[in-house]
Amino acid sequence: MKYIKFFLVGILFGIVMSKAEIISWYRIYEMFKFQSFHMYGIIGSAVLLGMISMFLFRKKMVKTFEGNEIHVPPKKSGLYRNLLGGILFGLGWALAGACPGPMFVLIGKGVVSILVVIFGATLGAFLYGYFKDKLPH
Amino acid sequence: MEFITQPWAWYVAGPIIALVMFLLYYFGERFGVSSNLETLCSIGGAGRFVDYFKIDWKQNSWNLIFVAGGITGGFIASQWLSPTDVVAINPQTIQDLADIGIQNAGATYLPEEIFSIETMLSLKGFLILLIAGIMVGFGARWAGGCTSGHAIVGLSNLELPSLIAVIGFFIGGLIMTWFILPLLF
Repeated sequence: MKYIKFFLVGILFGIVMSKAEIISWYRIYEMFKFQSFHMYGIIGSAVLLGMISMFLFRKKMVKTFEGNEIHVPPKKSGLYRNLLGGILFGLGWALAGACPGPMFVLIGKGVVSILVVIFGATLGAFLYGYFKDKLPH
Repeated sequence: MEFITQPWAWYVAGPIIALVMFLLYYFGERFGVSSNLETLCSIGGAGRFVDYFKIDWKQNSWNLIFVAGGITGGFIASQWLSPTDVVAINPQTIQDLADIGIQNAGATYLPEEIFSIETMLSLKGFLILLIAGIMVGFGARWAGGCTSGHAIVGLSNLELPSLIAVIGFFIGGLIMTWFILPLLF
């Protein structure tokens, strides 16, 4: 039962990804062509409100439902890791027109071919783990 | 009801995504979808080949449940909340896509030229889908996050690594969109 809340939040996530057309390949293409404000508005407003959330967490004004402090662990630093990994991710994002969240939501839309993309993404994560020690970070 | 069934504007979607992130932290977890790819590797037995995947994946099961909810939400939205599949993209975008060989852009959510069953069953089409996925998965784990973990959480938390990663996302995305996609179709 403790998992049902994550399922419900996931449903909200899936609905907003679909209804705001974030799962549409065309919206990603349009974003990288700078031909619409839509995606920038979504990410920008989410980040702006996210900053307020982070501030409330840091000031301990909001705690978890169990009363624990909320710590957001810092991302790993490293120019190569973030820049090169980011570029590779961006190449895939613009080709698939979907990042990991939307990929899964597209299953719910009944898109069979997205399963190949998800298989590829899982394989990609495996290959990263396999070659990790040989990569610059 | 029309409020729900029409496409949602950016100023509705952005705040809801922020709410999703907030709720996951409020429930004691975090927002990041691509780490599920590693969990899937661990479940699939990747730990037998690479120590990196020898983790107790059960502690990440909440995130798989979140993803299962995402799939369900996608189903609900497409079955009952979306009377049309048309995506009202910029007419210039439609023209640009026609010029590179993608027709009827915006008539549905996804281009047939990439996602139709026929395309998937062709060698070239299959490889495009597979390689796109590999780049997303490899890149996300190398960078330590995807759009959710870096662009939303990391930027919200004013993290320099996330700013670098998001700049990387855009360098890669722009190269693909402007220079590689025109050669593919």
